[in-house]
Amino acid sequence: MRSATPWSDVISYLVEATGETLYMVGVSTVIATLLGVPVGVWLQLTAKGGLRPNAAVHRILSFVTDLGRSMPFIVLLVALTSVTRLIVGGSIGSTAVIVPLAVGAIPFVGRLVQNVLSEVHVTVVEAAITTGASTLKIVRSVLVRESMPALINAIGVTVIALIGYSAMAGVIGGGGLGDLAIREGYQRFNDRILWSTVAWLAVLTTVIQFGFTRAARASDRRRHASV
Amino acid sequence: MITVENLTKTFQGVSALNGVTLDVEAGTVLGVVGPSGAGKSTLARCVALLERPDSGAIRVDGTDITSLDGSALRAARRQIGVVPQGDSLLRQRTAAGNIALPLESAGVPGPQRRTRVGELLDLVGLTDKAAAYPDQLSGGQRQRIAVARALAANPSVLLADEPTSALDPETTGSVLTVLDRARAELGVTVLVVTHDMGVVRKICDDVAVLEQGKVVEHGKVLDLVNNPISRTSSALLPAVDLNPINESAYDRVADVVLVGFAAVGALLPEAAHRFGVELNIVGGGLTRLGETPVARFRLGLNGERSDSALEWIGEAGGAVQRSLKGPQGVAA
Ligand SMILES: Nc1ncnc2c1ncn2[C@@H]1O[C@H](COP(=O)(O)OP(=O)(O)O)[C@@H](O)[C@H]1O
Ligand SMILES: [Mg+2]
Repeated sequence: MRSATPWSDVISYLVEATGETLYMVGVSTVIATLLGVPVGVWLQLTAKGGLRPNAAVHRILSFVTDLGRSMPFIVLLVALTSVTRLIVGGSIGSTAVIVPLAVGAIPFVGRLVQNVLSEVHVTVVEAAITTGASTLKIVRSVLVRESMPALINAIGVTVIALIGYSAMAGVIGGGGLGDLAIREGYQRFNDRILWSTVAWLAVLTTVIQFGFTRAARASDRRRHASV
Repeated sequence: MITVENLTKTFQGVSALNGVTLDVEAGTVLGVVGPSGAGKSTLARCVALLERPDSGAIRVDGTDITSLDGSALRAARRQIGVVPQGDSLLRQRTAAGNIALPLESAGVPGPQRRTRVGELLDLVGLTDKAAAYPDQLSGGQRQRIAVARALAANPSVLLADEPTSALDPETTGSVLTVLDRARAELGVTVLVVTHDMGVVRKICDDVAVLEQGKVVEHGKVLDLVNNPISRTSSALLPAVDLNPINESAYDRVADVVLVGFAAVGALLPEAAHRFGVELNIVGGGLTRLGETPVARFRLGLNGERSDSALEWIGEAGGAVQRSLKGPQGVAA
């Protein structure tokens, strides 16, 4: 029986791992949003009843998106090693994890975004069409702006999912909270680290979720009784 | 101004429009009425350039707009202000922001946009709601904002599909007033689709009755009410047969339609006086078509010169629709 890790060490472990997790998840969320939102828009534009319906393009895009979403992240993590090396100049460490995280999240975001955009009522879209607005204008001012609260929530869902995926980052030395729980906690039978990390993850995801919910509500102009 | 020529549209074998021909004179209001499923919305969507007809033409100022594409199509859309059926405002934009949308689409710069939005808020009487979001407005206010939005880019045509269908009678009045002002103050040509004859009664100059994708009646409201067999007259004029009457009490029984202040006010007393007959109103009543008072009365006449009195009413501008008792066709 060895003595438990001192709390001060546990905390410094947690601080370091939290930094790694937030770095990996934050950067990959930004990338996945920048690339996933256009994918979602494109999916919705080409869908039946969309602004530019195109069955062939839609079917191909859907197929690729769903394929990407069904790929287990751990497979993506190792399969993309050479791509990662090309982009970030190495294949291990937190930065290297960002590539598969972002790639895995793009189709995820794309589908979420399409679902959200499809909720905008057809009458509202048609009203904008009758004003002579261009497709780009309708996407920006109607589809995206009207969906903003739901889009912010979708990004929140993505962040939480990416925190989950990033637990596997340890496989390529990415570190982070998941890796801390598995390597330092579980594999070394260090209950204090294991359960501290689990509790901290619960707190962190709750806070993040709460932040996104608040941001979504703040962006929502419906039911604001301020006049 | 707008002419619709022989328009047809079929959805998967279901014929929605079956050779529709119509015209709306510049600066007038046409009501398109008809039962549910008659094709009213399909017609409106074709004119709004949201649906392409299978054949036929829609001309605005002589130009066929049915086969346009790209930027020409968008320019044509700006010529036609549309109030779509149902809730159509952006819920994440203020009333003012919604009205500004067509101006943004047309590339109008910010300062001019604000001025124009202010004018339109004034036109629809909602200046104090500029900063309100749609969820803070009543149904009638939302609909008036939708009308203001449709008018923002100075279209020559205003098209409204069931603009009052979800509203109570009082609010309906406020929306119709706004449509009427658009015509009167901006000179816009208005096409309003409705299943409510009250809309026709209040603001329409002309009416077209659509049934199963066909126009079965089309003309000026004030002309059609004079035609006893028109659907418009039976729908718009007061019923004359609500109470059964004792026909044997009168020498003659006839229905007359009277249009205009003079006719409604003085014609009947004068006929009675001139021909020395006793003239009783036994049914019917008075209504208004726009600003014009219109009456349909069932008259019971007693006296030797009853036929002459009816004939005189006909010549003086009343329409004697029917002689229930007495020689048929006394006056036309
Ligand atoms: N997009 C559509 N697809 C299939 N059928 C349609 C469509 N739009 C209208 N119809 C059909 O066309 C007919 C006319 O409909 P509509 O123009 O909406 O009538 P109204 O507005 O007078 O109630 C109806 O039989 C309706 O079912
Ligand atoms: Mg309809």
